[in-house]
Amino acid sequence: MHYDVIVIGGGHAGCEAARASAALGAKTALATHSFDTVGVMSCNPAIGGLGKGHLVREIDALDGLMARVADRSGIQFRMLNRKKGPAVRGPRTQSDRKLYREAMQAEIRAVEGLSILEGEVIDLSQDSSGAINGIKLADGTHVSCGAVVLTTGTFLRGLIHIGDKRFPAGRMGEKASTLLAYRLTKLNVPLGRLKTGTPPRLDGRTIDWKILDLQSADEELVPFSSMTDEIRVPQIDCGITRTTQKTHDLIRENLNRSAMYSGNISGTGPRYCPSVEDKIVKFGDRDGHQIFLEPEGLDDHTVYPNGISTSLPEDVQWAMMKTIPGLENAQILQPGYAIEYDHVDPKALDQSLNLVGTLGLYLAGQINGTTGYEEAGAQGLVAGINAAHFVGQKAPVHFSRTSSYIGVMIDDLTSRGVSEPYRMFTSRAEYRLSLRVDNADMRLSPLAVEIGLASSERAAHFEDVKTRLDDARVALKSKTLTPQEAGKHDIALNMDGVRRSGYDLLSYATIELPDLLRVWPELEQFDGDTLDRLAIEAHYAVYMDRQKADIESVRRDENLLIPAGIEFNTIAGLSNELRNKLNDRQPKSIAEAQRIEGMTPAGIALIIAQIRKQQKSAA
Amino acid sequence: MDTIVALSSGSLPSGVAIIRISGPKAATVISALGARITQPRQTSLQIFRDNDGSVIDEGLVLWFPAPHSFTGEDVVELQTHGSRAVVAGILDVLLSIDGVRHAEAGEFARRAFANGKIDLTEAEGLADLIDAETTAQRKVAQYLASGGLKDLYNDWQDQLLNARAMIEADIDFADEDDVPGSVADQVWNDMAKLYHSISAHLEGYDRSERIRDGFKISLIGKPNVGKSSLLNALAGSDRAIVSSEAGTTRDIVEVRLDIAGYLVLLSDTAGIREQAGSVEAEGIRRSIASAQEADLILFLSDEDEWHHDFINANSKVLNIRSKADLSSNIKPDEDTIFVSVNDAASVTSLLEKLSAIISIELDQSRIGSAIKSRYIDHLSQCLKDLNKSIESVDALELRAEHLRSAAYSLGRITGQFDTEDVLGRIFSSFCIGK
Repeated sequence: MHYDVIVIGGGHAGCEAARASAALGAKTALATHSFDTVGVMSCNPAIGGLGKGHLVREIDALDGLMARVADRSGIQFRMLNRKKGPAVRGPRTQSDRKLYREAMQAEIRAVEGLSILEGEVIDLSQDSSGAINGIKLADGTHVSCGAVVLTTGTFLRGLIHIGDKRFPAGRMGEKASTLLAYRLTKLNVPLGRLKTGTPPRLDGRTIDWKILDLQSADEELVPFSSMTDEIRVPQIDCGITRTTQKTHDLIRENLNRSAMYSGNISGTGPRYCPSVEDKIVKFGDRDGHQIFLEPEGLDDHTVYPNGISTSLPEDVQWAMMKTIPGLENAQILQPGYAIEYDHVDPKALDQSLNLVGTLGLYLAGQINGTTGYEEAGAQGLVAGINAAHFVGQKAPVHFSRTSSYIGVMIDDLTSRGVSEPYRMFTSRAEYRLSLRVDNADMRLSPLAVEIGLASSERAAHFEDVKTRLDDARVALKSKTLTPQEAGKHDIALNMDGVRRSGYDLLSYATIELPDLLRVWPELEQFDGDTLDRLAIEAHYAVYMDRQKADIESVRRDENLLIPAGIEFNTIAGLSNELRNKLNDRQPKSIAEAQRIEGMTPAGIALIIAQIRKQQKSAA
Repeated sequence: MDTIVALSSGSLPSGVAIIRISGPKAATVISALGARITQPRQTSLQIFRDNDGSVIDEGLVLWFPAPHSFTGEDVVELQTHGSRAVVAGILDVLLSIDGVRHAEAGEFARRAFANGKIDLTEAEGLADLIDAETTAQRKVAQYLASGGLKDLYNDWQDQLLNARAMIEADIDFADEDDVPGSVADQVWNDMAKLYHSISAHLEGYDRSERIRDGFKISLIGKPNVGKSSLLNALAGSDRAIVSSEAGTTRDIVEVRLDIAGYLVLLSDTAGIREQAGSVEAEGIRRSIASAQEADLILFLSDEDEWHHDFINANSKVLNIRSKADLSSNIKPDEDTIFVSVNDAASVTSLLEKLSAIISIELDQSRIGSAIKSRYIDHLSQCLKDLNKSIESVDALELRAEHLRSAAYSLGRITGQFDTEDVLGRIFSSFCIGK
């Protein structure tokens, strides 16, 4: 048996990697413990959010799966930051776990050129040069391949803690891949240890919903995928409750029994997703902490109480429920737990997510120290594309931080590494105003079409959307009027006699689409979506012009790659401090070196000179 | 892309100074000097004026449109007289323009390199530049620490970090219970205060100080000790070029000299004595006032008496024993300089002494001045962005963008903080994670 690319792991990274690789024409296999677990949402059953929603839209623009699957399983669509500017809005939905899993499994089955390998992968094999050439399954089978995408999540030496109980595991009830971890150790991969947690799952039939505040879905449901016409899944409400003083007292009394605080856990947890113990210790002065009670499915009575992730012993978890309004009689179906796991230091990866020094090995998802389905899926796409390109001897595909959140994430990971599970926020993107959810397709679909990642339907759809946008833009720019004429239509402008186009007018905070339609009724020939998108584009146009030069120079620097093995120590003129920082950070591009504190233009020129010198003497 | 400007010839004073301007605005910014570009690659003689219209210097303008220039960008070179005052004056005018800033060390070369304008061997020459830069950075650090500015700027930086954390929390964690919806509002009051602090600080800066305004020397002494003769001797010497003009007050004669490439204002004052009529007393009052303002006092005496207790104790005083050729009983004294206007060698030796003092005094201030000039750039830029973020009625994400820029400019002085710092501040201020 031989495959071009084998993807190990059927989670969110694995699914995207497998689809991307197969779509690019590589003969691909998805290796998983069990096909039933493909597309499982192991934590909070929700997709999107601020920053994360951007990633989902970008995955969609590259014809990935997550957006479509979320659209077919979402049971509470909400656009976050609806009242703020379009650049920082984030689509989010809760998903029905079962619908999500089923939709993802259906997508995977439908991918042409993708096979499923059920079984535990216990090892990777390498040829004499060290390049990956196959995998070994627990039953002894060897399957050869040209590249592997490893997406094993928290399966690497996973250790679950519930109070003082602990046991090795991946997710609850699944095995940890200790043998594979051993292989990574042999590859001399730098590993780190992280921690994350999850709340107890409750039986929704035992919750007193009547006394709780409810949160509903938006009235207008905005899908993730530009291919989705409308959301057909029924929408549900979430309950909202709070911890009480009694909860806090109980937690304080039992703090020494929490795995987190008894010293049993060495991994670092995320600051933005603290356990309820952490919340009480660090923010104990608050009179209560909010809990969202999120039903896990339409016909599933399991409820995910978002906000009380914990590693307290089971008996304390039961006692804690009694102190929370609405949960006094709630039954715990599965206790909350903390999980520690190994991750690979992503600084050991290059921008294509290839493990530097091991040809053919790509890593994506939680194994790289990230958290979240969206972060995992986006990395899976990048790794899948690059694994297929590697096997097909095509140039790697890099994502720039100037054009996508995917690029921001890959760059953050590979240049800075992680000190806690990495999650996307819009504040991480310095070009946030141009990296919007509304233009994800314009930013990334041309690439998907160009390299053959997009299906023919997607390519045609994108062409259609783009043509409509272009036509409407031309029309808006060609229609002009003077301030006097504008005044006749109740649009107040500076009386400076300057003719302004419809496009210009849209950039004013005070002028909106309906105003323009009053002036030029013929604009109604364009559909609302197209005009809305143009309004957003025009709104930010002034800022885009300003950032353009910056973005160009960053892109230029990103394309100047620093080859592995560059001798920073031999560069005359660099201060010792800079040499040490360079040796420590091992920047992979000039853009990355540029961001090192204390780096100067002259220093950068010296590094470029050194690269050219080494290339010359090598040639 | 900013337009960058810097003195690109060697250290001053020199016969000719070359000021290089590179970037998209190169061709237009020189209109602020009252100059303009002419034919590419041909010299034209033009007059450079200050913002108030006064003449700074006359010199050559050379225009190299992109890509045929040193950096590959639009470049204008100004060739002026190599005096520090002229160069400081021209840089002042250029740097006051939006989008123009001082080039960082090696930045011309870096741009040239990026545009394929210089090759490997040339780039290696940059090593020298970096040595110079390391020295400069050390001096910057000392300067920052000495003036208490470090704490001040770090405090501002911290206020900006805090503001950004509040705004970013409102954007990225809008759905969190612990982040109240109005958290961003409280920020703008703080930022308005910060704006006023920075602008007051900037007003206090005298950009190029004594280099621009001149190093002030006062001749003080009793009547008839030879002050005027010494002034004439110094002014007439071929080592000091008299470039101007009679005095500004009827009692004080001021001449402008060029000593060691520095502008020096030498004032001859009315002689000071105890019993004087009212008119003369007024003259004496002015003499003393002039002495108080001077960077250096030449105290003349034709006898060995050095009573200058009327002079500010902080002033630097040089004792000059005048009419040295007329005295027979001169006592050798290390602190006293003997001068006779009839002895050219003694005048030259005084000039050498003055050159040394001025260089030491002004060199310190020159470092300060160069650093300050850069600070002013960054602080002004910070102020502009801060103002935009405060004044703007736009959406929060646009105001946040201005704050980001403001923090970036200040960070060029104090060192940058990045997203991790902002997130760190958010997570320590709010309980995030529902």
